[in-house]
Amino acid sequence: MTTFVEEKPTQELEAFKGVKKVPHEEYYTSGHRTCQGCESAQIMKLMAKAAGPRTIVLGATGCMYVANTSYYSTPWGVPWMHTQLGSAGSSALGAAAALRVQMRKGVMKDEPINVIAFCGDGGGADMGLNAISATLTHPDYNLLILLYDNESYGNTDIQISGTSPWGVNTSFSTPGKVKRIMHHRWKKNVAALMVAGHPTCKYVGTISTSYPLQAMNNIRKALSIGGPTFIHCLNPCPKGWDFDPVLSFQLGELAVDTGLWPLYEVENGKLKLYGKTEKIANGKFKRLPVREYLLKQGRFAHFEEEDIQFFQSKVDEMWEKWLIPGVIPLQKDVNDNPPAL
Amino acid sequence: MATLTLPVEETKKVVQEQEALITGAEAIAIACKLANVDVVTAYPIRPYDTVMQYMSQLVADGELDCEFIVAEGEHSQFEIVKHASICGARVFCGSSGVGWMYAMEALTVTPALRVPMVAMVGNRALDDPGAFGVEHNDALAVRDLGWLLTWVDSAQEALDTALIAYRVAEDRRMFVPLALSCDGAFLTHSQALVKIPAAEQVNKFLPRYNRGALLLHPDNVISVAPQANEDWVMEIRRQNYAVTERACDVIREVYADFEKTFGRKYGNPFFEEYMTADADVVLLGMGTMSTPVKVAIRKMREEGKKVGFVRLRWFRPFAGPEIAKCLERFKAIGVIDRDFSFGSPNLSGVVATELRSAMYTGATTRPPVLDFICGLGGREVTVPDVEEITKSVFEAAEGKAQPLTQWIGLRG
Repeated sequence: MTTFVEEKPTQELEAFKGVKKVPHEEYYTSGHRTCQGCESAQIMKLMAKAAGPRTIVLGATGCMYVANTSYYSTPWGVPWMHTQLGSAGSSALGAAAALRVQMRKGVMKDEPINVIAFCGDGGGADMGLNAISATLTHPDYNLLILLYDNESYGNTDIQISGTSPWGVNTSFSTPGKVKRIMHHRWKKNVAALMVAGHPTCKYVGTISTSYPLQAMNNIRKALSIGGPTFIHCLNPCPKGWDFDPVLSFQLGELAVDTGLWPLYEVENGKLKLYGKTEKIANGKFKRLPVREYLLKQGRFAHFEEEDIQFFQSKVDEMWEKWLIPGVIPLQKDVNDNPPAL
Repeated sequence: MATLTLPVEETKKVVQEQEALITGAEAIAIACKLANVDVVTAYPIRPYDTVMQYMSQLVADGELDCEFIVAEGEHSQFEIVKHASICGARVFCGSSGVGWMYAMEALTVTPALRVPMVAMVGNRALDDPGAFGVEHNDALAVRDLGWLLTWVDSAQEALDTALIAYRVAEDRRMFVPLALSCDGAFLTHSQALVKIPAAEQVNKFLPRYNRGALLLHPDNVISVAPQANEDWVMEIRRQNYAVTERACDVIREVYADFEKTFGRKYGNPFFEEYMTADADVVLLGMGTMSTPVKVAIRKMREEGKKVGFVRLRWFRPFAGPEIAKCLERFKAIGVIDRDFSFGSPNLSGVVATELRSAMYTGATTRPPVLDFICGLGGREVTVPDVEEITKSVFEAAEGKAQPLTQWIGLRG
């Protein structure tokens, strides 16, 4: 059966079998000026390492542009280009289209080249959502869009984004004399949004920098599977979240252990939970209270007991009421009846 | 009528050239085919989008091998081709009116990235209130940003200028985006007989786009557009300024080569003169208003009024010294602005304001430069409008005080 899609081969990037098998070469090195404990910079390094040298990287405006790439001191060992805040999707599409057509016309050497566009939560979940969504519907182009999520506009003094957690203190949601909670929107469920909305997209996943080998291997899988793919990575941010940089790694783990940040991949339509998330789902690990995660961060220091309880109740809902726990926020019909046809 | 609007002089017979009755939009689509463009992005908005309907058909019929991408908005439309161009592809896109404005962020960053994108603007009034018809404010919005801007007035000129556009924009001395403006409806949707050159000739005229050391590719590890701040931004702006210093010479060269290759002669690339040789006063404007203006001029000539017309082809670069030199010999000049610039000096339109600036430094005389805002929102510039305008210009030439800005053809 014809699919009407002219598939182009990708690089076949096998999973790294253990941390000692990871190559020494770095394609994101010195030259950036990100904060101590910056997990967003960490995912840049892992992403470049996972992708290897035959890669083009396009970076939307955000911390990983402004703090990352100063004139004359670029950290990038692969070709990199700045793209506009809302253009992660369109930049990857443009680059992939240019490579494809030039290879077809015989004016560029025919070889699989990785195209990765990264964006922050502002660029991915807010302004750039349109373009990413459109790009994920183009089956002809091999590319990866990686959203590094530090849950705020971290480069402009920490402001609310579409992925900022409920109740958080940012410079646009500072607690005041009358209102303690200025931000009362729940974090966007971005990866699941991409899964549900783009049925032909072959790979969507969530990762965490606290599990670096797994993160790299998922990136390699997304680059190898073909077509447009999407990965959402949670990146603790010492500056925006207000914690000691030494805790970055631990906070990434706590986000998973509390059930707040589910780790999963959807490969050709099949959902697979992994790591602690899988254990939570099958009852082998009891979720830790979110209190342990929240109280380690200054951005929640204004929380009172009822706020913590509300937060906990929303996370419980994710695991106890959602049709696919932790992933898809549909709830079953109260009488457990299938919808009328 | 076609011969009336064509400023083209046949200098030699060219073999294999074909002739077809096509619209301005179709002429540009054919030029893109001849230019063998690599990546094209489309998004619907009238009136430019007919060009993309033709492009889509060319791809479906196997006449053009390109990536034809329908974007989800103009911002993405321009961002997609911007990145494709940086990765080595020849690109084409376009828009109209508020669609062009929706892409404004992408339009803003493109010149400094040195992207030789060619975009068609089907000139359209900016909402609100809604209007599909021509106004030049859409394309003019990028006039300070480093884009090259040209206006054409016939389907033939649209096709020829599209080929010229790629050659100029992709010249290594330039590497800047170019907007090819076509008046909505009057040009985009009007058919005329157009001579279509043979592919071999176009290949000779238009070599493959070569991005050289600026190519984004794993064999050329570069970082494009890092954060430069006050350390280097000014020097980078100065490089774009240097492009504008070179622009007129490059354009002259390309037109000369065009004439040599295709045998069609446009004379001065920057503006066309019509019945100016013995004229006392002239009118000046851009785009398809040339048709009613020329008809009116012939009528007035029969009445013994010595009036001519200068049609600007290139607004960016604005060939200031040449235009001033041309205009200084007339007793008065009437600019017809199919645009507005609210709050500008003398509350005039964009073209008149720019022209006065060019005349102040470039002309040895000070003829009055009157401005006439006319034909907005797709309204026709009529022969009686032109006669009314000319009357005022003659009065200014005779020393009678005239308003510096007048609105012509208003109702009630």
